Amino acid sequence: MFKDLFQKKKYATVPSVSQAPAAGERPKREIPEGLMNRCPKCGNIQFSKEWEKNLKVCSTCGHHSRLNALERIAMTLDDGRFFETDADLTSEDPLEFPGYKAKLEQQKASSGLKDAVVTGEGEIGGIPVVIGVMSFDFFSGSMGSVVGEKVTRAIELAHEKKLPLLLFSTSGGARMQESILSLMQMAKTSAALAKFQEDGGLFISVFTDPTLGGVSASFASLGDYILAEPGAIVGFAGRIVIEQTIRQKLPDNFQTAEFNLKHGQLDKVVHRKDMKAFLTKLLEMHVAGGASDGQ
Amino acid sequence: MSQEVLQMDNKLPFEGPLSEQRRKIDHLKKVGVEQNIDFSDEIARLEEAYKKLEEEVYSNLSGAQIMHLARVHSRPTTLDYINEIFDDFIELHGDRLFGDDLAIVGGIAKLNGVPVTVLGHQRGKDTKDNIQRFFGSPHPEGFRKALRFMQQANKFGRPIITFIDTKGAYPGDSAEARGQSEAIARNLKEMALLRVPVICVVIGEGGSGGALALGVGNRVLMLENAIYSVISPNGAASILWKDASKADQAAEAMKITAKDLKAFGIIEEIVPEPKGGAHLDPATTAEAVKTAIWRHLDELSAMTPEALVEDRYRKFRSVGKFAAPELV
Repeated sequence: MFKDLFQKKKYATVPSVSQAPAAGERPKREIPEGLMNRCPKCGNIQFSKEWEKNLKVCSTCGHHSRLNALERIAMTLDDGRFFETDADLTSEDPLEFPGYKAKLEQQKASSGLKDAVVTGEGEIGGIPVVIGVMSFDFFSGSMGSVVGEKVTRAIELAHEKKLPLLLFSTSGGARMQESILSLMQMAKTSAALAKFQEDGGLFISVFTDPTLGGVSASFASLGDYILAEPGAIVGFAGRIVIEQTIRQKLPDNFQTAEFNLKHGQLDKVVHRKDMKAFLTKLLEMHVAGGASDGQ
Repeated sequence: MSQEVLQMDNKLPFEGPLSEQRRKIDHLKKVGVEQNIDFSDEIARLEEAYKKLEEEVYSNLSGAQIMHLARVHSRPTTLDYINEIFDDFIELHGDRLFGDDLAIVGGIAKLNGVPVTVLGHQRGKDTKDNIQRFFGSPHPEGFRKALRFMQQANKFGRPIITFIDTKGAYPGDSAEARGQSEAIARNLKEMALLRVPVICVVIGEGGSGGALALGVGNRVLMLENAIYSVISPNGAASILWKDASKADQAAEAMKITAKDLKAFGIIEEIVPEPKGGAHLDPATTAEAVKTAIWRHLDELSAMTPEALVEDRYRKFRSVGKFAAPELV
């Protein structure tokens, strides 16, 4: 079966990616959709099943591919058991922004999600937590009123139940189509965190690739502990805007998790396969007698 | 970081008909003097028409036109308002961590005899000034400087007045390395906890997180021709339509004017400007700003620290428009 696969050299449709070899350099091959996965970073081709078993991390270069919120939840919570909250909040078009409604519908269809964050409750290593996970595949993870509201409600739920709060972020920034209402979600989520954290609440923030703009510059940067996946791009302004401003090429590692670690912006870079164990260990530090101990 | 270039007579392109009318009047006056003819009836008629035209041009400005007014180079800056409105201003410097970002200015001063902390984004007055002030776009040390001033005010029980006037936080590599995101986020969080009255006034451009980092107030006021948005219209145009020149279109779509924001409940009050914009009469504009600040401060001063925190929290907690199923 494999032999057949690699012999069909003439009909090439491996998706081209910036780091991949230029077209024509290598004979192309046709691969049945979904069977194989090509790493967007190193170009390594791997069986999808193996890659998925590897939590969508490239076995060659360690590149962490972006995850959908539901995939992330499944691999983070005990037995994937998850009780979703505020599942029915959906975006409106308060500015009557040209094309916004249609784009929302299209994003819902393509991602299977209702907006860019999924929130709820579950357990990690037997410790109950409130969890929120953003999804880049919905509208580039942009924060509009719904994301701001769901994150705020998650913070309030953790506060009310005295549970630790865990947020995995990924976002291109605030959602322009809701302009000022999006911007104010930064203040709203941060103010809710202020209350929660002043009251002793524990908030663990995890940056995943990429987290930029309004999400990075609000709740995601306010964790009592801030973690990131390897290679995740984290920053306020995007690389292109910065390059245009300073008229210089930026180094490859600019704004990576490792860059941010070096510059003191986060506590630890944690490999995806170690994330759950690390979170458990960190949460356990706070259970006995901690303010987050609900008992 | 372009600023709007005015025509010879201090007018923007959309103000053209006014310039034309003014030229006619001036010409007639000149001819009258030169040839010793009495045109006073004619001149009075033209002045009347000018007023009407003025009403027409300014009463229904589009978002894009207001954006151009907000960006007029000679528009008063934070320091202009500080000098006009407050007495005994003592400028303070530095974040005590890294440096002194001149894109933020601030210190302590008296407002009608009451000591307050006052701060804001500071654009440059000329190219050289703009370069050292990064066109009013702060680095992390600027936001941390602002936070230091605000927490000092909190300690000494002084009300805080902030002036917002920035295209956004500075998009630079060193700003990122020093934690631009963290600096903005921390200001949002810490401003929410301030136990003194906080009044914010958007005087020019309120762009993105860099504006909001000085904007978590009990009251947010906006000058009539100021704008406030999640990203500069130019930025939005280049992201949405890959064409920064469509900024006018983005300005309309994003609903960035004081009127829009008042309708969304984001701001409490629109402070009127003289016809044609604040730059034509800074002193009158400052007087109107002062009156508004004082009135709000008077209301807020009656509140306890706890009530102030709660009031500010409720204001921001309630922002957002979304569809939710009926609660059971």
